[in-house]
Amino acid sequence: MTETQNTVEFTPERLKIAQEMIDRYPAERQKSALLPLLHLAQEQWGWLSPEVMDYVGRMLDIQAIEVYEVATFYTMFHLDPVGKHVIEYCRTGPCCLMGGEEIYDYLKQKLGIQAGETTADQKFTLKEVECLAACGMGPVFQIREQYYMNLTRDKVDEIIAELSR
Amino acid sequence: MGKKILLEHINVPGIETYDVYRKQGGYTAVEKAIKTMSPEGVVEEVKKAGVRGRGGAGFPMGMKWSFLAKPEGVPRYLVCNADESEPGTFKDHYLMKNIPHLLIEGMIVSSYALGANKSFIYVRGELMYVIRILEKAIAEAKAAGFLGKNILGSGYDLELIVHPGGGAYICGEETALLESLEGKRGNPRNKPPFPAVKGLYQCPTVVNNVESIATAAWIINNGGDAYAAIGIGRSSGTKLISASGHIKKPGVYEIELGVPVEEFLYSDEWCGGIRDGHHLKALVAGGSSVPILPANLITKLANGEPRLMTYESLSDGGFQTGTMLGSGGFIVFDETACVVRNTWNFSRFYHHESCGQCSPCREGTGWMEKVLHRIEHGHGSMHDIDLLVDVAKKIEGNTICPLGDAAAWPVASAIRHFRDEFEWHITHPAEATQPGAVFKGEMALV
Amino acid sequence: MEDIKPQLVKVTIDGIEVEVEPGTTILQAARKIGGNVAPPAMCYYQPLKGSGGKCRACLVRVAAGSAKDPRPMPKLVASCITPVQDGMIVENSTNEQVLTTRKAIVEFLLINHPLDCPVCDQAGECDLQNFAFNHGMATTRYEEERRTFEKKDIGPYIQLHMTRCILCYRCVYTADQITQKRVHGVLGRGDASEISTYIEKAVDNDFSGNVIDVCPVGALTDKTYRFKNRVWFTKPVDAHRDCPTCSGKTTVWYRGDEVIRVTARKNEWNEVTEFICNTCRFEKKKTSDWVIEGPTKISRSSVISANKYRGDLIKPDFQRKLAAATYTHVDDERDTSQLGIQQLTPERFAPVLPHANDPEP
Ligand SMILES: Cc1cc2nc3c(=O)[nH]c(=O)nc-3n(C[C@H](O)[C@H](O)[C@H](O)COP(=O)(O)O)c2cc1C
Ligand code: SF4
Ligand code: SF4
Ligand code: FES
Ligand code: FES
Repeated sequence: MTETQNTVEFTPERLKIAQEMIDRYPAERQKSALLPLLHLAQEQWGWLSPEVMDYVGRMLDIQAIEVYEVATFYTMFHLDPVGKHVIEYCRTGPCCLMGGEEIYDYLKQKLGIQAGETTADQKFTLKEVECLAACGMGPVFQIREQYYMNLTRDKVDEIIAELSR
Repeated sequence: MGKKILLEHINVPGIETYDVYRKQGGYTAVEKAIKTMSPEGVVEEVKKAGVRGRGGAGFPMGMKWSFLAKPEGVPRYLVCNADESEPGTFKDHYLMKNIPHLLIEGMIVSSYALGANKSFIYVRGELMYVIRILEKAIAEAKAAGFLGKNILGSGYDLELIVHPGGGAYICGEETALLESLEGKRGNPRNKPPFPAVKGLYQCPTVVNNVESIATAAWIINNGGDAYAAIGIGRSSGTKLISASGHIKKPGVYEIELGVPVEEFLYSDEWCGGIRDGHHLKALVAGGSSVPILPANLITKLANGEPRLMTYESLSDGGFQTGTMLGSGGFIVFDETACVVRNTWNFSRFYHHESCGQCSPCREGTGWMEKVLHRIEHGHGSMHDIDLLVDVAKKIEGNTICPLGDAAAWPVASAIRHFRDEFEWHITHPAEATQPGAVFKGEMALV
Repeated sequence: MEDIKPQLVKVTIDGIEVEVEPGTTILQAARKIGGNVAPPAMCYYQPLKGSGGKCRACLVRVAAGSAKDPRPMPKLVASCITPVQDGMIVENSTNEQVLTTRKAIVEFLLINHPLDCPVCDQAGECDLQNFAFNHGMATTRYEEERRTFEKKDIGPYIQLHMTRCILCYRCVYTADQITQKRVHGVLGRGDASEISTYIEKAVDNDFSGNVIDVCPVGALTDKTYRFKNRVWFTKPVDAHRDCPTCSGKTTVWYRGDEVIRVTARKNEWNEVTEFICNTCRFEKKKTSDWVIEGPTKISRSSVISANKYRGDLIKPDFQRKLAAATYTHVDDERDTSQLGIQQLTPERFAPVLPHANDPEP
């Protein structure tokens, strides 16, 4: 679960995982562990603040700018605080053919927010993403590691109800 | 034409576990290769098989392997490209999630052939749950002695690392992928040098697609000649096709290369035809990057013969009347689909995914998107159409990596084949911007 | 023992043959011929390792790959990163496709450029202005909104006007290669990429000011100079001082008697020949700080030489006298190899000013 961002340090379990990740790569190539560590950090803190990125940079012995350059290049990293559940909605062509746009409008209306926004209760953040490699099962969205596929209005209702609890 | 090589056991319950996979004959290719064959012998079989890269470019895998530089004292790397982000393509996702050991077995055999002791599977970060499946499978394979130190007592060591991406289509381009794997921004490199000479960590590297590598196990078990006997000519073997869009049965299908497009589209074994009450309007046969074709051109060649699902047949006629097999992302459009809207959508995708290094792609993709957005929303003018054609032409061939081409082709081909539809959007803005409005002019529907 | 000289290779560019060392790029070979034969370069920068290949301004056609394999290359190639082969035949300004493509590159670079040249400090010495002037079209077909960014200060001396940036990455390579701690880089991606320090950390490094000199456009500018002047009203002189940090060899720019800015020296391709430190650049703004060597050689193409500046009319005369009187031999042996910069040839330093003894004008 998302933890409050007061101490910038991995939990002991994550610290151990982080060290294993770093050790997988050849000596002097520890920078390779950057993306894995950023994922791990986002898992712990929910988003990547400059402090968190600096912390990851120190762990890998690289400049902070090298972390920022990478974190801002890839779309999976949240650089601002997000709600409890980040809905990453596929807006790409094949999903649209399967009714993706209609379901997307429904979802926006249901949550009362637009892409990039967070609901007032901080429960949901909506993000538009590109093809998630599940086009045959569209419309698709993703929340953390979970894919939700073949979406219909009813399914959306169910998922949102479930996660709102 | 139901030969299955990759998906033969996909429906066996528990096939994602080591035990079941092993019972179905899994890891025999590793035993055969490591105990009875030299690395060169493995390369030779793959060459004989004639299997072409399944990531999109279609470069023969065995030939790529034989180009790998082998300087003394420098490690060599094998990197599996599991970044699968091309719109319309979801086969690697399907394969890794359902039968992870097939990829791992392929990785072991291929790494052995290339003399790599540390190999990587670069999986797009969104597929974190698949990464966990692969990591579990790797642990099982290691426990069974197929990975790690001194595999099967042969003295050969191999470590497999699954590396997550961070959300960037461009990291599917092999040199961007290597940059990303080094912990950097996914900016494609200038070539030469090619990865075969200077790849990961500046060492000789082979990058292959998931599906390409997964064929290695079957090829070793059955021989390169047996593989080459499947399919037609230079399109040997089977191919995973990701079928999506307005068809009855979207999904991933393994076909023997050479199936007629029409049969693949309408047979119940595969797509099952267009959804009820509708007709085929257009088709993108190889993922969003390849040219879109109207119904009449996709099923038949210019000489009237049926078009087949092979590299050669799909590209027959060049870009005037043909397209490409690409990554096998088979996207079907019926008459309710608006080509202008889809073209705008695709161009927005490429704009969003351009790494931004080189000026034609960085600036040109955004320009095309904005013009298409205008046309789609009823603010276009006639000269915009020629402008789009010209901008696409100026991007194509002038960029660092093929993303520029991939952005240009869908736009150029949509205008080439559906120009009247673009014009209608411009001449009838009020009608065209109604929700769900689609051009109903003369079209060859099949 | 005989010297083992590397076998030279022959290349033909726009019909002119030139012999160069193996491994030379097409662009460097073309520069050896000079004039129109040299392709424009917006991102390549000879002193910066790894630069080039991005802007595509230097695309040329290879009509024959080599004597051994005379097939043409299927696409235009970036001449700044493509090595020559023996017997290669290259077409630059003689090829219609190259010229059309170059026009397109200008157009691409300009669609998101603010075209605020009238208020831009770089005007008159801007590579993009020159490139557009020499290769571009007079009109634009771009009707969409342009990308804009807020101006930002990067530290006390440098201002970033990101809207003008063409993302050539030169400043990033500079920061990477001459400073130990890079805090400056490219954020975001695609056309939303920007040069930044993320949380506006100051670029605090002795050599950080060099990013101003490498920037081909007015995106990185000298805050101590900004809006002080138009470059064509200024007069550059080569000068040096005894500097503990850098070679101290600079170009000092005058307006009247006033030193209005100090930059590194550049070669005829507008490339810095030796990087200078921030003290020389930002803090030595008095004539008495400098030993004047003489007027800076300005390349033909520069607007500075085009109408305003004539080296033989250097004024005021006390500068010339000062220069002639105090010129001492410049120690050329300093090791700047760690900067990745070629050494200046001693011929660049004439022992006395050519016109120091001329009668007063
Ligand atoms: C923009 C772009 C995206 C690509 N995406 C992928 C991808 O997601 N998966 C893949 O296997 N190949 C992708 N490729 C192709 C790779 O560059 C490379 O050719 C391929 O991984 C080689 O493997 P193969 O020979 O087995 O196909 C992409 C290429 C480009 C230019
Ligand atoms: S073509 Fe596009 S994606 Fe490829 S290097 Fe250039 S800007 Fe990046
Ligand atoms: S700020 Fe200047 S030097 Fe840096 S990338 Fe932009 S244009 Fe190039
Ligand atoms: S288009 Fe939505 S998953 Fe591919
Ligand atoms: S100068 Fe060669 S690509 Fe920019």
